Amino acid sequence: MSAPAKSAALSHVRICDLTGLLAGAGATRFLAAFGAQVIRIEQPLHETHRWDFLRGGRMPDGRMGINFGGNFNNHNVEKLSVTLDLKSEEGKQLLTRLVEISDVVTENFSAHVMERLGFGYERLKAINDQIVYVSNSGFGKTGPYSDFKSVGQVVQACSGLSFVSGLPEQPPAGWGFAYMDHMGAYLMAAAVLAGLIARKRTGEGQWVDFSCTEAGIGLAGPDLLDATVNGRPMRRPGKPNSNADNFPAMAPHGIYAAAGDDSWVAIACRDDDDWKRLASVVNEPWALDDKLATLAGRFAQREELAELLEAWTSRHERARSVELLKAAGVPAEQVAMPEDRIDNDPRTSKWNLWPWVHHAEIGDVRVEGVPIHMSETDWIIARGAPCLGVDNDFVYGSLLGLREREIADLASRGVI
Amino acid sequence: MPPPSAGAPIDPARAILQGLTVLEIASDRAAYAGKLFGDLGANVIVVEPPGGHASRWYGPFVDDEPGPNRCLWWWNYNTSKRSVVLDLNTDAGRSAFRELAGVADIVLEAEDPGTLESFDLDHPQIRADRPELIWVSVTPFGRQCAEFHEPTTDLTQLAAAGTVWACGYDDHSQPPIRPSGNHAHHTASAFALLGALTAVVHRDVTGIGQHVDVSMHAAVNVSTEVSTVDWLFAQSTLQRQTGRHASAHPTMEIQVPAADGRFVTTPLALTSAGNFRAALEWLRELALEEEFPEAFFLQMGIDRGGVSMKQLGVDAEVTAIYGAGREALYLIASKFSARQFFVEAQRRGIACGVVFSPEEALHDEHFRAREYPIAVEHPELGRSITYPGIPFTGSEIPVILRRAPLVGEHTDEVFGEMA
Repeated sequence: MSAPAKSAALSHVRICDLTGLLAGAGATRFLAAFGAQVIRIEQPLHETHRWDFLRGGRMPDGRMGINFGGNFNNHNVEKLSVTLDLKSEEGKQLLTRLVEISDVVTENFSAHVMERLGFGYERLKAINDQIVYVSNSGFGKTGPYSDFKSVGQVVQACSGLSFVSGLPEQPPAGWGFAYMDHMGAYLMAAAVLAGLIARKRTGEGQWVDFSCTEAGIGLAGPDLLDATVNGRPMRRPGKPNSNADNFPAMAPHGIYAAAGDDSWVAIACRDDDDWKRLASVVNEPWALDDKLATLAGRFAQREELAELLEAWTSRHERARSVELLKAAGVPAEQVAMPEDRIDNDPRTSKWNLWPWVHHAEIGDVRVEGVPIHMSETDWIIARGAPCLGVDNDFVYGSLLGLREREIADLASRGVI
Repeated sequence: MPPPSAGAPIDPARAILQGLTVLEIASDRAAYAGKLFGDLGANVIVVEPPGGHASRWYGPFVDDEPGPNRCLWWWNYNTSKRSVVLDLNTDAGRSAFRELAGVADIVLEAEDPGTLESFDLDHPQIRADRPELIWVSVTPFGRQCAEFHEPTTDLTQLAAAGTVWACGYDDHSQPPIRPSGNHAHHTASAFALLGALTAVVHRDVTGIGQHVDVSMHAAVNVSTEVSTVDWLFAQSTLQRQTGRHASAHPTMEIQVPAADGRFVTTPLALTSAGNFRAALEWLRELALEEEFPEAFFLQMGIDRGGVSMKQLGVDAEVTAIYGAGREALYLIASKFSARQFFVEAQRRGIACGVVFSPEEALHDEHFRAREYPIAVEHPELGRSITYPGIPFTGSEIPVILRRAPLVGEHTDEVFGEMA
């Protein structure tokens, strides 16, 4: 059986990949989908304390083990896996040889781990002066918090992103998932690509250090400048009110209850014309009141207007009110549950957003695709995450030239 | 070892994306992508209609005085760009656009499907003469799914693509929440940048450009972590919870108020033996052990060599130890300000966070020490304004931002360079 095809976009790029979890693995996932050869360096099987704790897991059918993590499978499609004990001298020698033959080194350990392992940038550069090294940590490699531990929820809290999600006079609602692991991964991948582009221009490698918390602060939007320019902080009475508030200001603008249990619709009237369309769909006396014809008028009665509109949305199934409003040209969507958007949305299925991959032990399973299509060198996601160390023979044998006997010896001593 | 070049200005000619020219058509959806290009050193020319792009009127405004050059939305998303005014409704404007596209590496646009085609300015027309050109389109549902195109906003896109369902409160009589900040735009823009850079890497080897089609709906859909994967992998629908991950079954709170009423978050609580030892010692230092009868669970956490979160709800003892660890942190947090608790817990090796507002984060000592906030000069206002900076550090990463351009500020300059 021939190997599945790879995208040609980045097929000339080899990545020595020390990342894990989503914040790092999500970055090299993107590069692998576009054809880069991503070699994951992982702790040997005997290591019980595994820093990428997503690797192992339990399947819905009860099967469990080191190769059964569902999130791991999603985040590591199209990659290779080798095992390597980085604390051993022989392990360090093998990593040195992998760095020699790679274009890129990626990692998202805590800030000072690479130096402790003996592979800080000066060392990487001495091994391979063309190397593009991209590091990703919660707080960056310098500053009072550089040793602090971080996961997505820590990044979101410390950057202000959790704060700006919620209702007035309520605790922060925050994020129900690690948004900044995604955004961090995307920006980390961008740094890898930018480093490769610069290397082509200058002939030199470089180190780019990425701070995920700083990326988060930069995603506050125009509200943050309202604080620094106008002295109007986000921590003030009535804030956040993140469903209703928006730049540009809109009313109505919010999430409204629909008929049924925990069923909701999102509606936004961009301007007075949208309002006129919505009012004609609702067609009740309050909606036809002239006082609501202008944004200023609607804003003056924003809370009351939201209650009246919600009384209307509550009488309809969410699909029905969305259908009526869309037909009139008003932006409206149901608050989609995972099954709505994954299994029942032609806008994702036609995009091929949920491709099937084959995983050697899990079997055939759906994963996330890529929200980009490229006309000449599109992404290909067909292979599930690699089983632990499955590419040891290829990487240590074919790429580094070790003999079969040497590989077996390293394995028997737990180096790989 | 110090990081590459923190604080020291770099030679602009060495900026990481120096040498790339991006021709951007001003938009809401892709403005952040253009900003990232510009901040990293690319030559970004943003094309606006006469009078300036609509987003110059979105607000808020400097001193609350509206004006196209006083809009903070525009400032936020258009740093490090140059503005050229062109009227694409005229032959002269279209011809000038073609001229600029003739020297660009990348065209970045977010027009509704069909709009540029009607001007005879879409990628098939322009790329026919310049196959090396990279053309990035950002639309609500992708050019490939143009038949589904309809009006959207950031709110409706986040609702349709899964963000809103996963965010909110334990009390489901409260609506699910759309986080503020324009994250549908941010997410789509991140992919616009990624797609463009991927295409440049490929072009640098082959000489061939391409069309990069970005769907905002798809971008947000693949950016909800467990909410998506748990459905794909286990057909499990996660439910929103206050200040923490959505989950199939209710999980312990992780976000509590500290002594100053501000919130801290303890997403992992205590897991390693070292964590349990640190918390127990901290309780003792604060003379809180008596107030905390469950302290013996912390000792059990030490004796067991830590606990695995995978055993939560499976192993009753692990569940009790883990729960006690979190309660210990809550008790300690109630004695400190939120920030003090965060710093002190982290110094003791406990992963946790403080819920800063964005401005508190920007001005916090860590980020100031790293020179992340950047002073940007606005000479026409006689003011220097603090902006969030660049989240990268390196020998080829710029350390300054240029303020967003005034309407058409660089029209003459840019066409002068062409002559």
